[in-house]
Amino acid sequence: MNHMTKAIWVVAALGLSACSNATGWDDGSAGGAGANGGPGGVGLGAGASDPRSVAYFQQTVGDRVLFAVDRTDLGSDAQSILAAQAVWLKANPEYAITIEGHADEQGTGAYNLALGAERANSARDYLISNGVGSGRIKVVSFGKERPLEICSAESCYAKNRRAVTVIAGGFTS
Amino acid sequence: MRQFFASVMMGLMSLSVADVAQAQNTPLRLEITDGVIEPLPVAVPNFIPDSPEATELAVEIARLVAADLTGTGLFREIPSSAFISQISSFDTPVKYADWKAINAQALITGGVSVSGDRLTVRFRGHDVFAEGELGEGLQFNGTTAGWRRMAHKVADAIYSRITGETGYFDSRVVYVSESGDKANRRKRLAVMDYDGANVQYLTNSASIVLAPRFSPTGDRVLYTSYESGFPQIHVLDIGKVQRRILSADDGIMSFAPRFAPDGRTVVYSQSQGGNTDLYRMDIASGQRNRLTSAPSIETAPSYSPDGSQIVFESDRSGSQQLYVMGANGGDARRISFGKGRYGTPVWSPRGDLVAFTKQSNGRFHIGVMRTDGSEERLLTSSFLDEGPTWSPNGRVIMFTRHTQGANGRATLYSVDITGRNLKPVRTPDGASDPAWSPLQ
Repeated sequence: MNHMTKAIWVVAALGLSACSNATGWDDGSAGGAGANGGPGGVGLGAGASDPRSVAYFQQTVGDRVLFAVDRTDLGSDAQSILAAQAVWLKANPEYAITIEGHADEQGTGAYNLALGAERANSARDYLISNGVGSGRIKVVSFGKERPLEICSAESCYAKNRRAVTVIAGGFTS
Repeated sequence: MRQFFASVMMGLMSLSVADVAQAQNTPLRLEITDGVIEPLPVAVPNFIPDSPEATELAVEIARLVAADLTGTGLFREIPSSAFISQISSFDTPVKYADWKAINAQALITGGVSVSGDRLTVRFRGHDVFAEGELGEGLQFNGTTAGWRRMAHKVADAIYSRITGETGYFDSRVVYVSESGDKANRRKRLAVMDYDGANVQYLTNSASIVLAPRFSPTGDRVLYTSYESGFPQIHVLDIGKVQRRILSADDGIMSFAPRFAPDGRTVVYSQSQGGNTDLYRMDIASGQRNRLTSAPSIETAPSYSPDGSQIVFESDRSGSQQLYVMGANGGDARRISFGKGRYGTPVWSPRGDLVAFTKQSNGRFHIGVMRTDGSEERLLTSSFLDEGPTWSPNGRVIMFTRHTQGANGRATLYSVDITGRNLKPVRTPDGASDPAWSPLQ
């Protein structure tokens, strides 16, 4: 922090008086510990051939569901993937999960955060209705902050409107 | 599209420089209301240094005063090559005939003294055709390190005397500095002078940060950070660079905070069970009230300057639209009725207008409307413009413009509420989510 840049302002008038204020602006930056908001998760387990592995969950079960433009409801594809996720999660009860909701870039920031939250929650509700304990599930929205695909076309947007089930922790593989 | 251009044109018509060809002895006055768009010619000869050490700053300060004034689009600087008279001393009477001859409507003269790190700036504004001074001369004392602020204060005084409005040059902007790949953008809070000078970083880029907002006195900033892994609201004291979390409920997302005019209350959005509603928090006690309870999305709240009302966006009608409700919640009335979606409403500091982002036919616009939704005017159009913030005098709007594609980048732009004078604000890296401070 640099205190030398603090300036005391005095405004004197040659004729009439003028008012002023005194504000100093320091240099410096605050530390900011903590994880970045990128996709997290653990890399435990053997290869994707082991049905108990996280890699199997991600690649074979499918860790993400997609949404239509401005929609938060689950299509039939999304429902089958989530049903399979629920089966896997019930078979692997040691894992907690975080569902990350995302939006494409076509929207304003705060709205997309809210939209991502709704999407993540749609997935959460479906898992719970399929027997996954609610205490294992956290949801977080990244709005449009973390696109998977970066082109500005529907081909990319369709993949970015997603809810990703991230295996957040486990004790065994 | 035709409608858009029509409304921009209407915006153009609503700004003018009245009485540019004014009669002699009519006081110089630039009315920012309606009519012509002819910038007022102003001469800003280099200020007069009282010692060799002051020479450089005497030039720099005059250049910055001129840049502030011409940057508004309301003034045109007459090049020094056209000058007939040279100003050789701050106190020598001005030869008005020489400045009339080159059609300078206004003339600004100044003197600069430096003693160690102390700086004194004196200036006078002159109404050339009335052959008199524009108000009293003024003197500012400060440090050489703060020379830019002193120049901005000179320009604010001149702007105010000629337009009758308060200025906005001695102000700052807090924003999100962006770097890195689009899929993993690194973001950190930064604050700078309104013109992009003196950038200082307030956080590192370890966590995503979003949408900083100044307190009414400009000493604190609210923002959203993912430091905990979840979006939560933090408040930062700029002078001390001290931060604390305001909403620390584990796993509950809160975002889009904004101060009430009292500086003690925050309105924001909280998501629970996938549903996003508006809440209000007393900063000191942490006491919270829920303001909306609809199954739809309610977010992006902004107080009226008197604190009695809140404008926000909601998709309760089926699409994103703007609503106004009392500061204690309750019934809300919809104010946006045009074609398309409306978001990010911000009440103007004068209380007369609401600025917003509009999405229509695949394009994004920054626009303004009266607080009852009438007289909507779109000021910009691009692939993605969003997030307006008002200059402290309510005359200029700054916002984020994103370019498209894999190499898309965010840049800050400013535009007059007339739709004129659209231009980028220079920042070292990508920049988004600007929030303008009050006048310092």
